[in-house]
Amino acid sequence: MAGSNPNAKPMDLTLKIWRQKDRNTAGQLVTYPLKNISPDMSFLEMLDVLNEELLVRGEEPVAFDHDCREGICGMCSLFINGRAHGPERGTTTCQLHMRHFNHGDTITIEPWRAAAFPVHKDLIVDRSAFDRIQQAGGYVSVNTGGVPDANEIPIPKTIADKAFDAATCIGCGACVAACKNASAMLFVSAKVSQLAMLPQGKVEAKTRAENMVAQMDVEGFGACSNTGACAAECPVGISLDNIAMLNREYLGAKASSENV
Amino acid sequence: MILDSKIPEGALAEKWDKHKFNVKLVNPANKRKYDIIVVGTGLAGASAAATLGELGYNVKAFCFQDSPRRAHSIAAQGGINAAKNYQNDGDSIFRLFYDTIKGGDYRAREANVYRLAQVSVNIIDQCVAQGVPFAREYGGLLANRSFGGAQVSRTFYARGQTGQQLLLGAYSALNRQIAYGKVKMYPRTEMLDLVMVDGKARGIVVRNLITGKIESHSAHAVVLATGGYGNVFFLSTNAMGSNATAAWRAHKKGALFANPCFTQIHPTCIPVSGEYQSKLTLMSESLRNDGRVWVPKTVEIAQRLRKGEITVNDIKEEDRDYYLERKYPAFGNLVPRDVASRNAKLMCDEGRGVGASGLAVYLDFADAIRREGQPAIAAKYGNLFDMYAKITDENPYEKPMRIYPAVHYTMGGLWVDYNLMTNIPGLYATGECNFSDHGANRLGASALMQGLADGYFVIPYTIGDYLAQTPYDKVSVDHPAFKEAEQNVKATTDRLLAIKGNRTVDDFHKALGLLMWDYCGMARNAEGLQFAKHEIRKLRDEFWQNVKVTGVNEELNQTLEKAHRVADFLELGELMVDDALNRNESCGGHFREEYQTPENEALRDDENYAYVAAWEFTGVGNEPVLHKEELKFENVKLTQRSYK
Amino acid sequence: MNWFTKTFSSTIGRKIIMSITGLFLCSFLVVHLIGNLTLFKGDDGVTFNLYSHFMANNPIIRTMEIVLVLGFVFHIYDALVLTRRNKAARPVGYAENHPQENSTWSSRNMGLLGTVILVFLIIHLWNFFVPARFGAAGGLEGVVIENVDYDNLYLKVVQSFQIWWYVLIYVISMIALAYHLIHGFQSAFQSLGLTHKKYTPFIKTFGVVFSIAVCFGFAIIPIYFFFAA
Repeated sequence: MAGSNPNAKPMDLTLKIWRQKDRNTAGQLVTYPLKNISPDMSFLEMLDVLNEELLVRGEEPVAFDHDCREGICGMCSLFINGRAHGPERGTTTCQLHMRHFNHGDTITIEPWRAAAFPVHKDLIVDRSAFDRIQQAGGYVSVNTGGVPDANEIPIPKTIADKAFDAATCIGCGACVAACKNASAMLFVSAKVSQLAMLPQGKVEAKTRAENMVAQMDVEGFGACSNTGACAAECPVGISLDNIAMLNREYLGAKASSENV
Repeated sequence: MILDSKIPEGALAEKWDKHKFNVKLVNPANKRKYDIIVVGTGLAGASAAATLGELGYNVKAFCFQDSPRRAHSIAAQGGINAAKNYQNDGDSIFRLFYDTIKGGDYRAREANVYRLAQVSVNIIDQCVAQGVPFAREYGGLLANRSFGGAQVSRTFYARGQTGQQLLLGAYSALNRQIAYGKVKMYPRTEMLDLVMVDGKARGIVVRNLITGKIESHSAHAVVLATGGYGNVFFLSTNAMGSNATAAWRAHKKGALFANPCFTQIHPTCIPVSGEYQSKLTLMSESLRNDGRVWVPKTVEIAQRLRKGEITVNDIKEEDRDYYLERKYPAFGNLVPRDVASRNAKLMCDEGRGVGASGLAVYLDFADAIRREGQPAIAAKYGNLFDMYAKITDENPYEKPMRIYPAVHYTMGGLWVDYNLMTNIPGLYATGECNFSDHGANRLGASALMQGLADGYFVIPYTIGDYLAQTPYDKVSVDHPAFKEAEQNVKATTDRLLAIKGNRTVDDFHKALGLLMWDYCGMARNAEGLQFAKHEIRKLRDEFWQNVKVTGVNEELNQTLEKAHRVADFLELGELMVDDALNRNESCGGHFREEYQTPENEALRDDENYAYVAAWEFTGVGNEPVLHKEELKFENVKLTQRSYK
Repeated sequence: MNWFTKTFSSTIGRKIIMSITGLFLCSFLVVHLIGNLTLFKGDDGVTFNLYSHFMANNPIIRTMEIVLVLGFVFHIYDALVLTRRNKAARPVGYAENHPQENSTWSSRNMGLLGTVILVFLIIHLWNFFVPARFGAAGGLEGVVIENVDYDNLYLKVVQSFQIWWYVLIYVISMIALAYHLIHGFQSAFQSLGLTHKKYTPFIKTFGVVFSIAVCFGFAIIPIYFFFAA
């Protein structure tokens, strides 16, 4: 099977990859030369090629998280050449292609760095803190069944669209990785504002904002410095407006909720 | 073994309501005495775990991903069907039922499909109540679109990310139950065996993917919601981790596997670009609403195009063959997936394929852009166009997209009765993991519907019926059945690690995938299938002698994880071939070249093959035993599907 | 902890305090700058000395002075707490990091800029405020205006800004303040959730203009007196 671009020349690369045995062992950057990489490959396919070479040599392949390889599951991560998900904006690592690199490049690949995201192995980190934040209130408390007809709750299209924009967060953690404070505000704000905008979510909006922020703090994420790095590196373009909305919701909730 | 589908008596429209009344209930205070295991947290699993938790059962939920939100349901793009008839365009529960049965080429159970259509309306209500941001009209009400060749607009959608939004809805419901302590979540944990005590499913053995620890979990019932087995083909639109291991190991413990040869090949995927390709990316079927599919009229033009002597825009209008519009004037580019896929293959087989490999056809938006303007097209498909450009480095606004069919969904799966219970008491299968609702071909926007129908609205009733007749007694994980299963898992793992051969797991997987694609893919014939069966056996033998798995069990070991999965694919692949060989007819996604009309359309044999082929495992390398469940059609007339 | 302390010890709560105190300190800058502009009156400091006398003795101003000190204290204290927390949130850094691709330098260095400003503040207070208010640090010479004795703070200003390195410290500090404000001003509105499609662009532009204008106003004073001498 020939490539889609027959003129694309294969590249030789030098990879510097973070290798770490497990959570309790110190890690280090290890250098791997890699030859003959097609520019049409995705970044993860390039790592697949490296891993096959390592396996054939009897070495331990590089562990990295990935699943859908379509940019939607949020499983892939990787801090590539000093950027979360690599140099292309609005792109997850799995959708990053090697044509954005050049022959002879050295590529540094590190895991997300945050106290709340401890390294499991090599490039795999533990993002369960995100799940715990969602468990603290990222839902509308309705049981299955007994809900009104879907069209009984009209929602202005503009609001529905804005809520959708916030709801597209894939939970990859690039915001935390890119933030100088390893803050999870963009992630938390996406869910809080999605539900705060919709009538279904308004009922519990106050408690939700209070509880999710409390859990975010417990997990050890940093505070927001409004640098905007999170939104700039977010592969799905979650807006900073959500953080402002979270701040507003949180302050309003703290001032007026009955939770003392 | 006699397969009892347990379809309730009575008129089609009343079966489910009557059944809901007839099932036994578990007293609210007693629900907490029952433990239920749910494996998989996609739409079917997350919705089931959440709902069962709400009802008061103790639920343990497992997924191999790092979070339940990653399940591959998240990647579904187009939408979810529901017979709401909000558009007043003639839709009804019966029409959705009829379309699904017909689309499935009359190889699905009437009663199951009717129930699916009935509860479809509840799903939309439920999701909206959860805060799922479906597309809306300016008046604030929900928007619909026509999808996958349906003649009515019954598809609800959230841009091109409907699966994501629905899954996050189910995930949020699941999170709520986790917070309440009713569901205990085990992420990064893979089921490796089913444990049976006294002939009933009583638990599972899992491997903690971080520590490698083999652990047992006991329960009163086990629900498998582990998705499909499309990754048998190595290249598919499935996620890299999607696997058949849980279902296959249940099969090896006695659960029948039904219609394994029914695989859906999706027509609009981005073509393969090289040997290194790790997966295929789907472009939503909605693109066919505006895109026109064509190939060059002659082999000669196609050849010049492939050699790069001319470019696509050099080909004159009269030299383009819009073959779907030509062959199917009524449905045109919107013919069902199996028809669209097979025709793309036919064109490429004729030598009229495009792209460097010749394995692609064009999907052209030039007319739509001329008609509606680029901004309108960008508003509809912008994210898909961007995705295409990102992957191929080509601008689809200027050059037609190149597309080719790819394995997408598996209609086959564990055999289940009307209650979604397999032939093993206490073992349930939901969503893509079971075989029940889509027959030989699934319609677009119906997978999300089935996953959520099973999880939110079917299993919560039917599992209660079983539990109400089950004593509260728990089985200890020290029971010999658990110990034996653990030993077996450890033995398999040790064996994989001890081989220390020369060929990597991926290499075996790719070889299997190629065999399956070439001989058990879009078109099959007896000779090819027999050859494939022989080759798969050879490959499997080599796997167990020459596979190379590094590292140890007691660590995060992705190679070992893959080795377990590929070992199962190597067995399942053979069963798919067996099933395809057995079914001497063409229907839906199963196209046997020997059985076609003069116009190359699928030729069904209702007299001899209107049955569900449910296979019983008899040992690796032994011939499986076929059990037939005859399909009775009392409410629809079997006709030759025609989209002309 | 009760709900109040819980609120303001959360990360968002502390950012809210940072914002409110920050905006309050901005308002102080305006008042201070307007007062300082009397230095340019060309009356050998008569107006300026009267003004500084008023600032030192008016009871309302004296009360506000305490509020101002509290503003600084909370702003600095929360900055320290947040910085410590933020450092702890990433114990292992990146071997290669290119934050300039996603954020501005000033937004990432508010702590550094704040520290420069704090050092400046200490120098500034020691030189002008402490002698004027407490007569300490050498005190001030007297001056008679319309038969009343006043402290001659104007003279102190003129003398101080004859020293080139002193002028340099002021100018550098005002540049630091400008960068601090360029990020801080609009950031405060973001932290308070005061964003809106219609008004935020104005707030952002205004913030930049405000930051540059105020800091330019302060910086021009030492430069003027240095070259005027």
